[in-house]
Amino acid sequence: MADRVVEAALPPLVAILVSIVVGDLLILAVGQSPGAVYRVMLEGTWGNAYGFGQVLYKTTTLICTGLAVAVGLRAGLFNIGAEGQLAAGGFAAALVGLALPVGTPGLLAVPLCTLAAMCAGGAVGFVPGVLRAKWGAHEVITTIMLNFIVLAFLSWLISTRLRVPETLHTEAIHAGVLPRLSAAWSAFHGSAANGSIAIELFAALVVSWYLFRTRGGFELRAVGLQPDAAENAGIDVGRTWIRALTLSGALAGLGGINFVLGYEHYYEEGFATGAGFLGIAVALVGRSNPLGVVLAALFFATLSQGGLAINALVPKQMVDALQGVVILAMAASVPEVRRLLALARGKR
Amino acid sequence: MTASGAISGAPAVRMTGIAKRFGDCLAVRDASLEVMPGEIHALVGENGAGKSTMMRVLAGIYPPDAGTVEVSGRDITGWSAAQAIGAGVGIVHQHFMLVPTLTITENVILGREPTRGLAIDMARAQREVAEAAERNGFRMNVRQYVRELSVGEQQRVEILKSLVRGARILILDEPTAVLSPPEVQELWRVLRALRDDGGTIILITHKLDEVTEISDVITVVRAGRTVARFPTAGTSPAAIARAMVGRDVVLSGDASESHTPWREQAARANAAAPAPALEVRHLVVTGERRARAVDDVSFTIQPHEILGIAGVEGNGQSALIEAIAGLRKAQSGEIRIAGTDVAAMSVSERDDHGLAHIPEDRHRRGLVLDYSIADNLILGRQRAYTRGLMLDRHRILSDARTAIAIADIRPPDPMLPARALSGGNQQKIVIARALAKPTVVLLAAQPTRGVDVGAIELIHARLRAARDAGTGILLVSAELSEILALSDRVAVMYGGRIVAIVPRSEASEQMLGPLMTGATA
Amino acid sequence: MSVLLGFLAQTLRIAVPYLFAAAGGVLAERAGIISLTLEGFMLGGAFTAMLGSYYSGSPWIGVLCGIVGGLSLGLLHAVSTIRFKADQVVSGIAINLLAVGLTRYFLKLVFDSSSNSPRVAGFSAGASSTALVAGLVHNPLIPLGLLTVPAVAWLLYRTPFGLRVRAVGEHPEAAMTLGVSVARVRYVAVALSGALAALGGAYLSLDQHQFTDGMSAGRGFIALAAIIFGRWDPMRAGLACLFFAAAETLQIQLQGMQAIPSQFVQMIPYLLTIIALVGVVGRAVPPAALGRE
Repeated sequence: MADRVVEAALPPLVAILVSIVVGDLLILAVGQSPGAVYRVMLEGTWGNAYGFGQVLYKTTTLICTGLAVAVGLRAGLFNIGAEGQLAAGGFAAALVGLALPVGTPGLLAVPLCTLAAMCAGGAVGFVPGVLRAKWGAHEVITTIMLNFIVLAFLSWLISTRLRVPETLHTEAIHAGVLPRLSAAWSAFHGSAANGSIAIELFAALVVSWYLFRTRGGFELRAVGLQPDAAENAGIDVGRTWIRALTLSGALAGLGGINFVLGYEHYYEEGFATGAGFLGIAVALVGRSNPLGVVLAALFFATLSQGGLAINALVPKQMVDALQGVVILAMAASVPEVRRLLALARGKR
Repeated sequence: MTASGAISGAPAVRMTGIAKRFGDCLAVRDASLEVMPGEIHALVGENGAGKSTMMRVLAGIYPPDAGTVEVSGRDITGWSAAQAIGAGVGIVHQHFMLVPTLTITENVILGREPTRGLAIDMARAQREVAEAAERNGFRMNVRQYVRELSVGEQQRVEILKSLVRGARILILDEPTAVLSPPEVQELWRVLRALRDDGGTIILITHKLDEVTEISDVITVVRAGRTVARFPTAGTSPAAIARAMVGRDVVLSGDASESHTPWREQAARANAAAPAPALEVRHLVVTGERRARAVDDVSFTIQPHEILGIAGVEGNGQSALIEAIAGLRKAQSGEIRIAGTDVAAMSVSERDDHGLAHIPEDRHRRGLVLDYSIADNLILGRQRAYTRGLMLDRHRILSDARTAIAIADIRPPDPMLPARALSGGNQQKIVIARALAKPTVVLLAAQPTRGVDVGAIELIHARLRAARDAGTGILLVSAELSEILALSDRVAVMYGGRIVAIVPRSEASEQMLGPLMTGATA
Repeated sequence: MSVLLGFLAQTLRIAVPYLFAAAGGVLAERAGIISLTLEGFMLGGAFTAMLGSYYSGSPWIGVLCGIVGGLSLGLLHAVSTIRFKADQVVSGIAINLLAVGLTRYFLKLVFDSSSNSPRVAGFSAGASSTALVAGLVHNPLIPLGLLTVPAVAWLLYRTPFGLRVRAVGEHPEAAMTLGVSVARVRYVAVALSGALAALGGAYLSLDQHQFTDGMSAGRGFIALAAIIFGRWDPMRAGLACLFFAAAETLQIQLQGMQAIPSQFVQMIPYLLTIIALVGVVGRAVPPAALGRE
């Protein structure tokens, strides 16, 4: 039991340690002191309400894309298409928000927009699921390709019919706006953190419940761990793949409400950029565990917001590089830790 | 074919006191082997006796933990595979080491390509490979892709690979397991020609008819030890079998201590249930390369009956089991469970009709190794443990505790991952799950493979108890002794067909052996 | 005539980075290592090539630096996937993100800009339509790019190294039993794919005389699409590159005529790749050991 905890928790610690070392080098390269930079980073994020609000806002989207990738990984699938699914979800939420009459009560409008976001993301995830289950087309390739296709399609829709002239965004939605956190706590004033974080945290709870408490989750994880054994147990592996990628897409799509309902109140081209790949980092560091995903999302959001805080000392682009370093170190340390633990077990 | 620097008169191979351990398992404990040049030497023993491990040590693939290896008088203990190749040792693995997307020539020259400038001199390579093939009596088009070749042709490419690298000592690991009888004869012709040319051949096998037909000298391996060495001339299959098993082989007629005579039992079953537990009619299953893995197989199993399928592995047993279990599509034929045709049904629908399955590869098919014992015990029955959308954790745990006690699974902790258990205890989980509910038909494939002796007896007792409770059991085992110990009737499978079905009382090793190797009854 | 010539010239100019990257990617994939990394290799190569040209004033030094940049990223990917047995997909994504992050960081650090570098010495003469044809002659990377594809085909099908690459990507155990070092073959193949894809990136920055943030703009993924569409054969992948480039050229030339929206032209390679994977166009069978240890 202790071994399993070590095997799960050690790689993220190694990865974060490696990224700190690389971060030190990048900071030293510009002649700053790492200690001072990290202090500024903490003060700019967790040290004041506005910074913390921005961290929460960024965490919200990352929880969704992180959960999306995690659900895929639990079923043994790699969803690299979270960015397209997120964009599709945001777009659908905006469409519904625009279609509803002004004055529709939030209790009706918000669930409708949220449902639309999940359906759109789920539809984008369903396609690679079917392609994999029916024709064996590998989801890594198809989800990447679908990213480009979906983003190009949305771009065409925006540019030809839906945008406000001279911009890349739609008009503001008529209904379905979620309140900002600053409405309740004025200290958050100016930050984008909004009510959608409650919805996303609830989603994390539901995913955790689904994966570890329900029959569907039991079957999904069995397929991910050992598809041959799952098939032998009468589980339809292909259908489970389709279900997993649809759910994965729906979770990524759900992330769209953070920007559309909670922040700008319109769909804007490019709002999803990078969130899909960062979701992969979040899921990996969170070891595909919903609680881990929430913590990892908080970590990467802090890093991202922290980059802005330290920009006067070190180029904020440093955190972009560190994200790559964390994933690379994570990828390399997972098999290495497993190998070393097995070696240690053999010695005992 | 004489080695430079070889000591004349020295044996081609001398292995002394070899030991090799894998984790907790001592695969070879005290093995010695002496093979003279120009000899076909058979290394015989039951499955898992340690033959392959010995030969991998000889080929430099594993370093031995103890003992020495000499080739033509030179000590090569602990050499690498490449060095062993250099010393003239070639091995033809049971699973061919060929790249299907490359041509014969490319496979043969890989790693030692002749070049002209920077490029491969393909014309020269093809000429040389073709010449080498002709020299050894192989007819082949060296430009052909390996994926287009039959299994027998692929094996000849493997042998050619070793010969072109200057192998004077050729090891073949179960070379006939995948061959048809004419291909076997072709192989014998090739091996005899190589021997007459001064080459040394070591043949790993557990088929006694092959041993007596082709070999000059026999070394018997049992439980990791070499226990006997004698010239083939003047010995008998019975004597070899005795050395392999370590006791007199039980012959027909007197091995039915715990067996109710089959006819009586079948009659009792017929009275109880009109429909057979399992009825398979004209079943055809397609394997790789569009060959028929199962070729028009028909049989029935009554309730209260164990039908054992004997046969050399790779003769269609796995495809037969998987087709009945619903894991592989049957091309044609009927599969009836208690009268219902299930041939078009999914795995879980067949489960509903009373089919249970102990798969042959428990690590791949039988268990989710990272799931707990409790979760593995309900795998496949999860619908029965669902309340609303949720799994009933409480009932899963309490049932698991009961099952663990009954099946004597150790350690008795339902939350432990299956990965942490020994092979025998893992198999107890698989069997406990298969027998957890009333079962009409149980498919038991290699139920005691890789399981320690204590667990084997327990597993056998559970299978007998299930049979006595009314289940019809289809047993597939590579161990003839297991087939004979459990079965009420014995079928022999060869080349995808069932070549004989006899009552247990008429079955014996001597009678089944020739059938298993394709001799007609 | 001049319209046709202009069309061909522009197609070639667009195709060159695809050709370099696809040629490199075929090598790595045939050795069993997934080429999601082409995008990062290109971006890194584009940046280091610009840097080399900036400091030396010579585009040739730039090309050399581009190769070094691609080699370094390639080796990083090789070490992580071969030595540490990291998941190839995860490591590939990390390499891409690392390339984005590092180029941004050093762009800011060296040039204090978050969008582009200053103008550096490069190859192309200009973009006017008459100069297009002349540009083909002036920019040596264009003929080099065209030559790279047959060169990689020759390497793969005619040399000992190529034979070993094909064996290692299909059946590593078979290669190993014959004394071929699987790891060494893969290291070389991935490093070469980094260098070649980086040449594609160098072409981008030296053709435009500057580096702009994210200038690979998905071209590495189009190259990967071309590899799959070309069924892992260098020549067929090269043809797919030319086809994708021609579609892009057509779209640019038809601009203003509103024939097909540009977004739909952009989708073509990606849609075709999915179709190829689904198996409508022959059967796309990847190397058997692709992505495996």
